[in-house]
Amino acid sequence: MTATTPRPASAEALPAKPAIRLGDLLFSRAALWSGGLILVILAAVAIFLVAQSIPALTADPADFVGQPASFLDYVWPLVFGTLWSAALALVMALPLAIGIALFISHYAPRKLAQALGYLVDLLAAVPSVVYGLWGIGVLAPAIQPVYSWLVDNAGWFPLFAGPVSGTGRTILTAGIVLGVMILPVMTAICREVFLQTPVLHEEAALALGATRWEMIRMAVLPFGRPGIISGAMLGLGRALGETMAVAMVLSPQAIVSFALLQSANPSTIAANIALSFPEAYGVNVNLLIATGLVLFLITLAVNSIARYVVNRRKDFSGAN
Amino acid sequence: MNTKRAGSLTALLAAGAIVLSGCAANETATDSPEPGATSDAPSTLSGTLVGAGSSAVGAAQTAWIADFQMQNPDVTVTYDPTGSGAGRETFQGGGSDFAGTDRAFNDEEIAAGGFQACAPDSGIVQLPLYISPIAIIFNVEGVETLNMTPEVVAGIFAEEITNWSDPAIAELNEGVELPDAAITPVHRSDDSGTTENFTDYLFQAAPDVWTFEPDGVWPLESGEAAQGTSGVVDAVTNGTNTIGYADASRAGGLGTVAVEVAGEFVPFSPEAAAAIVDASEFVEGRPDFDLSIDLNRDPETAAYPVVLVAYLVGCETYADPAKAELVKAYFTYMASEEGQANAAENAGAAPISSTLFDRVTAAIDVIG
Amino acid sequence: MTAIQTAPANPLAHGRLHRRTPWMVLGLSFAVAAGVLSLLAAAGTIGSLNLIAVAVLGTVFYIVSIGVLSSQVEGRRQATDRIVTAVVTTAFVLAVIPLVSLVFTVVANGLARFDVQFFTFSMRNVVGEGGGAVHAITGTLLMTGTAAIISIPIGLLTAIYLVEYGRGPLARAITFFVDVMTGIPSIVAGLFAFALFALFFGPGVRMGFAGAVALSVLMIPVVVRSCEEMLRIVPNELREASFALGVPKWLTVLKVVLPTSIAGITTGIMLAIARVIGETAPLLIVAGFTASMNTNLFADRMQSLPVFVFTSYANQGVDFQADLDRAWAGALTLILIVMVLNLAARLIARFFAPKFGR
Repeated sequence: MTATTPRPASAEALPAKPAIRLGDLLFSRAALWSGGLILVILAAVAIFLVAQSIPALTADPADFVGQPASFLDYVWPLVFGTLWSAALALVMALPLAIGIALFISHYAPRKLAQALGYLVDLLAAVPSVVYGLWGIGVLAPAIQPVYSWLVDNAGWFPLFAGPVSGTGRTILTAGIVLGVMILPVMTAICREVFLQTPVLHEEAALALGATRWEMIRMAVLPFGRPGIISGAMLGLGRALGETMAVAMVLSPQAIVSFALLQSANPSTIAANIALSFPEAYGVNVNLLIATGLVLFLITLAVNSIARYVVNRRKDFSGAN
Repeated sequence: MNTKRAGSLTALLAAGAIVLSGCAANETATDSPEPGATSDAPSTLSGTLVGAGSSAVGAAQTAWIADFQMQNPDVTVTYDPTGSGAGRETFQGGGSDFAGTDRAFNDEEIAAGGFQACAPDSGIVQLPLYISPIAIIFNVEGVETLNMTPEVVAGIFAEEITNWSDPAIAELNEGVELPDAAITPVHRSDDSGTTENFTDYLFQAAPDVWTFEPDGVWPLESGEAAQGTSGVVDAVTNGTNTIGYADASRAGGLGTVAVEVAGEFVPFSPEAAAAIVDASEFVEGRPDFDLSIDLNRDPETAAYPVVLVAYLVGCETYADPAKAELVKAYFTYMASEEGQANAAENAGAAPISSTLFDRVTAAIDVIG
Repeated sequence: MTAIQTAPANPLAHGRLHRRTPWMVLGLSFAVAAGVLSLLAAAGTIGSLNLIAVAVLGTVFYIVSIGVLSSQVEGRRQATDRIVTAVVTTAFVLAVIPLVSLVFTVVANGLARFDVQFFTFSMRNVVGEGGGAVHAITGTLLMTGTAAIISIPIGLLTAIYLVEYGRGPLARAITFFVDVMTGIPSIVAGLFAFALFALFFGPGVRMGFAGAVALSVLMIPVVVRSCEEMLRIVPNELREASFALGVPKWLTVLKVVLPTSIAGITTGIMLAIARVIGETAPLLIVAGFTASMNTNLFADRMQSLPVFVFTSYANQGVDFQADLDRAWAGALTLILIVMVLNLAARLIARFFAPKFGR
């Protein structure tokens, strides 16, 4: 990306001024204006969020539903739940997504690979309501015995502390549902990037006697690293902001707890908005929008970190 | 790229065209009047009526709207089931012509005024047209019904009674075999009118055990939580030894609790639920057309006290007279025997009693 | 095993496992796993023979045994390769299980009402059984289509700007904001669109176009993000070769960069459409809820499939099975719509894509 237009080393070697073509001008302007327009839209959303949040930040906390001691008191369990469930989802989904993408791009027979890629793309379209229905109707009852077993046999491990949830609707289940939801997006991006690995790199590696795995490790993964991180960020963005599926699957309380298998779980910001918004009125609406602003900031922080990582590694990647 | 975009657009438009040209088969031409339609004279009403609010009333509104539109083919009524809070705000801001809400506008809100759809200085008409029993449902193998006092119900949901074989439950249910198993109480995870009415019941009927103020948000930080009526029913059904509370129309095959009222154990029924409204007082200091009810959850008579009463709210005087006519007709229909029977059949509501009906009819008359 | 070749004299070469050997090891591993578990079941240590346990144990056996076998015969590097192959395949199978379960659930439940009436009737004046979702399908197509018409040009051009032109503070600002935007909760996008339109049309405004704007807010960042990634991996050699031939920059982008990355861009755009086509909360706020057909984007409420599915599930009447069946059929329809769009986009993309070596 850094060196798309090679600039002339010295001005005298070229005609005084290169002619600017109309097409070039129009095209670059259109691109520029689109970028500017996005900035305007997004800034408008940000302004809206901030303006709507201010009443909640200045209001007396006693006016809020549930009478929390302060705004921070209200939002902290939600922040924790948001990060915790998204982290669970990412930890489970990222290795799987890379595995599926590699399987489709470098392991499966070509014909099968295309069909599989297609199937995975489709799953990105399943509405979150359906993931929610699947979560309560199929996943939670199926996985509850496993949870019971874990609590009985590994209850000494803090994450698996009891008492076990009787319905299986815990934060781990929500994490699994989120993981399944973000899997298609991450897989699709990883797969496309892996497929774009320059064939020459791959063939060079193979010609040097590398096994398939060594070829992937030396050529495909370094080339795809920024893509993997981009995919992970898109997935994480969805996991952080997912509303309906979490609201339907999770059994939430206003607590902070790492325990994975209990009835009482921390809720997430987005799910809390969905659960509380319909009955909210007055300053409570502002309160919910303020939590939305917090989510905004979380996403910002997470994405900035990821950006930083990508940019730092850029010089070593196989991409431009 | 341009071509690709154009291509996918074409595909989209083509698909759209197929759907568009199809139109909705049940909307083409004029809807043939249903055989059961009872309008004596052809309706002269026309226009659009917009409501928003409580999702608890959603199913009833669907039924009411369908029937009302069949009687008045030129009228379109829509109801956004966005929730009571949102419904009240929308109505206040003038975004809808009437509101459906799980609790009536309170004194402060009415004093603040500023109802944009109404004429200046107009009051608001609040009618308790949707009365729905809340069943206390449980899933214990082999048990279909249990007797409980309010104190026992409160004890279970406050997690002071934690085992089904607890003597407090057993002594009320002689001859019923209760398992020696932990109770999993399930409550609503969302802010809801059902929770507010249920906690109000516990607070009024068992104040010694249940010390939390009535609220739409569950006050305890323990127990199992689920979203919406459907979520609670799913959680209670899929779990074992669970207990929860939900709209009675969804109690289905689950066990239900008969609660003790005035020395008797009363199972839920539409009649018993309607009776509690008659046993209660109207909120004081309101005009005649504001029928807000102060529910008495601990009555002297054997009425079923765990009910949700949803209000339909309109203006006393509308800024737009055409709207007034429509609202009046629609409210009259909802309050009518026919309308109440419709809601009972399709949404499991309890029809309002004839005493209340007279008050409601008088109140609707002031809409103008 | 059967076909282990003797190690040849050449020290750089190793023995190879026969092509069929891994399959035989796989079969054997599962057989052993089943055997061990049924012995345990017979001995009463575990409750009963569990297929999932057999699969898990068999996979573990296979990975261990193929690793040991391969390292003995082929050497450490080949053994690593075989283990990774097994792990990658396992990851794939593991991920496919929930996805298949999900699809199966939707199809099995959705077929009950997947009939002609569902695609010809709206819900106007329908109570209980019957009725259809043609109004919701129309609304979804119109609103998502409009959102796509708004978002794809803006998003794609922005991605082009970021990759081909942008540098300096503006590009950094755009990247920054786009990143933040990917995490906006959908309900907030809905509230934003509502506030924007209420500013111009008053508080009672509900229209399909406002829904499309809300969806665009959610869709643009996804388009930018995925398209940017796909444009970025187009090798610079291609651009430089084009410039060297004297092709102007805009034509280079249009004729070289975009066609090279067209498959990826299509995937990205489809992902973006898929992301928004299932949104419920923002549409419920700005586009409202209606049981009737409405084809005018700029007036009155417009129903959409996700709202249809959600309200059918959440506000069930006494005849709740009818509502549930409609909800599942709506979900199935939504997936099928995306499938058709996806298929069409891919065919078109393949038509324009340059022919690669792979």
